[in-house]
Amino acid sequence: MDAGRLDATFAALADPTRRAILARLASGEASVRELSEPFSMSQAAISKHLKVLERAGLISHGREAQRRPRRLEAAPLAEANEWLERYRQFWEESYGRLDLLLAELQQSAKKRPRSTRRAATKRKGK
Amino acid sequence: MTMPSTRGKPLEITTPSDREIRITRSFDAPRMMVWDAYTRPELVQRWLGKMPGWSWAVCEMDVREGGQYRWVWRGPEGAELALGGTYREVVPGDRLVSTERYDQQWYEGEAVGTVVFTESNGRTTLVTTLRYATKEVRDGVLQGPATSGMEAGYAVLDELLASADAA
Repeated sequence: MDAGRLDATFAALADPTRRAILARLASGEASVRELSEPFSMSQAAISKHLKVLERAGLISHGREAQRRPRRLEAAPLAEANEWLERYRQFWEESYGRLDLLLAELQQSAKKRPRSTRRAATKRKGK
Repeated sequence: MTMPSTRGKPLEITTPSDREIRITRSFDAPRMMVWDAYTRPELVQRWLGKMPGWSWAVCEMDVREGGQYRWVWRGPEGAELALGGTYREVVPGDRLVSTERYDQQWYEGEAVGTVVFTESNGRTTLVTTLRYATKEVRDGVLQGPATSGMEAGYAVLDELLASADAA
């Protein structure tokens, strides 16, 4: 997976108008005029958003000279999805390792009781 | 790889408000020890986010109010996961509040994370609350894809669109 492209994908997805455009395109291709209709935005403003989405590889456009319909591209979204899934695993797996680290710290604290007692009393201030 | 044992309870994820996600987990250790594991870079690097094929590139933590942190991991094929923020409240063994922003911007704006440490009978419960900029952002983070593939991606987008319409 290309890091720069993933950044571009997430930057493109961070904007609600662009997410709405993608959701619209998920139900089929559409022209710039059709895409700008649901928004209180000029076609020029919509075109700017489309350029960001295009640069991120999330959409492409057809060749018909007049309409140039935009369509959704699946691959970058699937990559973004994979990334999010990893994030969900992140905490569960990290906490599993934290358990092991804490067990190890407990073990060495038992061997060297002075150093932990110092850490504990420092906070309580007793 | 399998973990030799599961000492803590499973993660519990709740939504205390429409902008927040709360993750609760308890650990078999006193809270100062958990605090150290959370705030000392050399210990943090041993447990946080060690995904297979990924390694720490940057782990800088200036744990004091107004101090900054920066975490960067590198993965296969040049992939990178990077985030950072500022510590807002630092009460050792008790409470850690910091801002959080990913370079990848997979959600909008900045989140604020609050970690509360409480100890009972030698066990420490960590309650981590992440507050996002808006409900829509929170929903996007929470829903994440339950299954991989485009269908899940579309479901997330549908959800985002629905909430954008309602607002």
